[in-house]
Amino acid sequence: MGTDLIRLTAAEMAAVIASGETSAVEVTRAHLDRIAAVDARVHAFLQVDTEGALAAARSVDERRAAGELLGPLAGVPIAVKDVFTTKGLPTTCGSRILEGWRPPYDATVVRRLRDAGMVILGKTNMDEFAMGSSTENSAYGPTRNPWNLDRIPGGSSGGSSAAVASYQAPLGIGTDTGGSIRQPAAVCGIVGGKPTYGGVSRYGLVAFASSLDQAGPFARTVLDAALLHAAIAGHDPADTTSIDAPVPSVVEAARGADVAGLRVGVVKELGGEGYQPGVLRRFAEAIELLDSLGAKVTEVSCPHFGYALPAYYLIAPSECSSNLARFDAMRYGLRTGDDGTSSAEEVMAVTRAAGFGAEVKRRIMLGTYALSSGYYDAYYGSAQKVRTLISRDFQAAFEQVDVLVSPTTPTTAFPIGERVDDPMAMYLADLCTIPSNLAGNAALSLPCGLAPEDNLPVGLQVMAPVLGDDRPYRVAAALEAGYADRWGHPLLEEAPAL
Amino acid sequence: MTTSSAAEATSRKPRMTRMTPYDEAMGRYEPVLGLETHVELGTATKMFCGCPTTFGAPPNTHVCPVCLGLPGSLPTTNRAAIEFTTMIGLALNCRIAEWCRFARKNYFYPDMPKNFQISQYDEPLCTDGWMDLAADGKTFRIGIERVHLEEDTGKSLHVGSTGRIHGADYSLVDYNRAGIPLVEIVTKPIEATGALAPQVARAYVTELRELMRTLGVSDVRMEEGSLRCDVNVSLMPRGASEWGTRSETKNVNSLRSVERAVRHEIERQAGVLDAGGTVVQETRHFHEDTGTTTAGRSKEYAQDYRYFPEPDLVPLAPSPEWVEQLRVSLPELPSARRERLQKEWGLSDSEMDALRNADALDVVEATVAAGAPPAQAYKWWLNELSRRATEQGVELATLPITPVQVARVAELVAAGTLNDKLARQVIEGVLAGEGDPDEVVRRRNLAIVSDEGELAALVDAAIADNPDVAEKVRGGKVQAAGALLGAVMKASSGQADAQRARELILEKLGVPS
Repeated sequence: MGTDLIRLTAAEMAAVIASGETSAVEVTRAHLDRIAAVDARVHAFLQVDTEGALAAARSVDERRAAGELLGPLAGVPIAVKDVFTTKGLPTTCGSRILEGWRPPYDATVVRRLRDAGMVILGKTNMDEFAMGSSTENSAYGPTRNPWNLDRIPGGSSGGSSAAVASYQAPLGIGTDTGGSIRQPAAVCGIVGGKPTYGGVSRYGLVAFASSLDQAGPFARTVLDAALLHAAIAGHDPADTTSIDAPVPSVVEAARGADVAGLRVGVVKELGGEGYQPGVLRRFAEAIELLDSLGAKVTEVSCPHFGYALPAYYLIAPSECSSNLARFDAMRYGLRTGDDGTSSAEEVMAVTRAAGFGAEVKRRIMLGTYALSSGYYDAYYGSAQKVRTLISRDFQAAFEQVDVLVSPTTPTTAFPIGERVDDPMAMYLADLCTIPSNLAGNAALSLPCGLAPEDNLPVGLQVMAPVLGDDRPYRVAAALEAGYADRWGHPLLEEAPAL
Repeated sequence: MTTSSAAEATSRKPRMTRMTPYDEAMGRYEPVLGLETHVELGTATKMFCGCPTTFGAPPNTHVCPVCLGLPGSLPTTNRAAIEFTTMIGLALNCRIAEWCRFARKNYFYPDMPKNFQISQYDEPLCTDGWMDLAADGKTFRIGIERVHLEEDTGKSLHVGSTGRIHGADYSLVDYNRAGIPLVEIVTKPIEATGALAPQVARAYVTELRELMRTLGVSDVRMEEGSLRCDVNVSLMPRGASEWGTRSETKNVNSLRSVERAVRHEIERQAGVLDAGGTVVQETRHFHEDTGTTTAGRSKEYAQDYRYFPEPDLVPLAPSPEWVEQLRVSLPELPSARRERLQKEWGLSDSEMDALRNADALDVVEATVAAGAPPAQAYKWWLNELSRRATEQGVELATLPITPVQVARVAELVAAGTLNDKLARQVIEGVLAGEGDPDEVVRRRNLAIVSDEGELAALVDAAIADNPDVAEKVRGGKVQAAGALLGAVMKASSGQADAQRARELILEKLGVPS
């Protein structure tokens, strides 16, 4: 029974709980058992909240017994990236500098999950402060890809993607600053969505780069991802950058699954040289599938996308250099070097030296430099101009087509350790995903098969205009159904047993 | 002890330069001033969160994740603070931006929860205004460079011998103040004040303080730090056109200190220049006890604040209609009000200045409104009550007497129930908490004696007691009646109706009055 339960989709779990066929506590126990059985090898979780999870599950069962109407995801367990504050539950952001910190408040996303009756299993591993594409930058050790334990699960939300791909949770929450949801989803063979910037509240999301960070769902099916998206999205007065507009009808779109007549643009600049052949092959097949489903596919040029990566690596570090200044040993988290004779300034310096990892330090230094007087215009200023040009590229493209598509990542999951000493190679993992963060538009990654050369999942990225979040779900659902017909089973069933 | 003070003297020695006496300095140099004033706004809640702003709460009780800068927290803008700042900008004849942004000012300090301050940089809400003021009978137009909004920091208490962070044994931080909305008002360079520079600086801050009160945007209590002033001073040789290097004296916290700080900096810088030295661009600390300044950090080590637009807040875009609404609903501004009142009350310029200096404008206006003639209201508040307030070291408005009570005293004097001497006793009684003026008159039995029988008896007794004087009066020496009147007044403890008593004396002694 336990094994069957964890292999259900989130929608199915909610249904069997709502019908009384099983209880939320049983569903939660099944997942806690799975975590106990496999996470020593995967290392998706930094913190498992057994008591909290069971209490939340019990409360759902009680509410059901009392005849209360339950929400569409009530009783469904979820894994939350450790970048969201959780009241009373440690929140580390994958960093030593926050070791032991128990936030006094819940992030809006976390509160919405609780309000939806969802069961938070625990907090998942991540690249320190969401800086990385492999989860190797976690201070608490890397997470492994369930498809091949020697490979990276993507990053920075690699803990959540690995948890969902290894059936430790049906749903996960990640954050996407430069691709940190879509890239891990792609390399783990699951669905990951980055909502329009401002679609999901950032209150309680520990900031890496404020103007780029966006929370979003991980799931094994498109519908599950849409259900989770709908549960966390919507205006929040506590975040002035959150959009005060109705949430796009993503669930209806995921159920619609129709692309007949839809105009699909293939981004000319995202593909070709430097991309893994197997990735390009699966991408080409996806285009054929779309065509066979009635979509009108054309090629579209976005001439400034080539500048997205350098612009991103000025804007994101600039914002992070300021956002991370608050970690100074004065009020919470790590404090080292406080021997009674050191000044506050010295304690700050010693603590930050000890508490931050190499990648975080690299980006703080990059950003500090880019913002410094005399360099601001050349670096931060120019990067903002590039950002505007990229937004215009998107606008022009969306006048011709309804959605844009590209491979999510240039390669499949690379081996753990392969790129740790080569930051540039690591940064290239986000080549295709970064433009949507700079422009703030909606995007999603869904599995489109395995690369023949390494038998690892390939992701297809679907991009839509700002507040057009429903479109990627519609396209992804149609493709998902098309693949199910072709393959006869979900891709994830091809993953080796853990 | 000896060793340490000797060491201190040595360490200070390079900074000790002979000061040039003020008048001498003004003979050779022309000062240029600049004033940066921080005003804590009187909004109910903080700039970016819902915490209360009330002063004096136990440390770290008015805090939340936002004003503590906890990871994940985000700011939201206080609409009232935007409104107040816009009102200030309008009252200072500024241009109100149709679109502007907050910016982050990055620097590390333990009382800054996020290690950046949300402020405004190259896109302030209000720019390019002016304010007129008078000093020593001359009118000066002070240019306003900008008015912008930012958040206050926490407050550090450095425990140890020095009271500063360097050399402290440990430090305590109170974050109640962190996030209180702060308006920064920056003047354009103030030139051509000549020797009046200190008075102009003081008059500017005085005027600004009155403006804030009139607008109702701040309680501007300098002693609680809700108005703080940074004073920039530079000197150039008379006739020169290029400004000298300026010093920036931080946190000058009273009107008198503003004046003293300017005066001191002029004398100090003139001393440096006279000795052939160069003025160092630096921040300086003002010392209330000595009226002097000492060097703080030098601008050679100036911080690079790495300003950039605050990505956690959407830009501000006050609509022109909204700004216009605020403009038409502005209250009468202090200068216009003073002009009107001076005309209505018929006061001289110097009397008006005295009223302002005593901070008595509001109470006098209220007293006149309660029915007192302006001259009476002026007289009682300025001559009698202001003296008592000064003696007790309290603000005039906080004395336990109301304008209505003062107006009643004036009315009793006008009705002949009290004379000035009795009136002073009544005021004393009111201040002592004995009740309203009428009650004090009754209890202390202070009303003038004008009863004919009572007065006649007093006069008879005075004549009987002073036969020699009475004889002189009878003999035609009318001036001598004064001594008899004195006796009557003395016997009546000053309560006799002096005019009627004098008439009676002359009548009884057969002298025509």
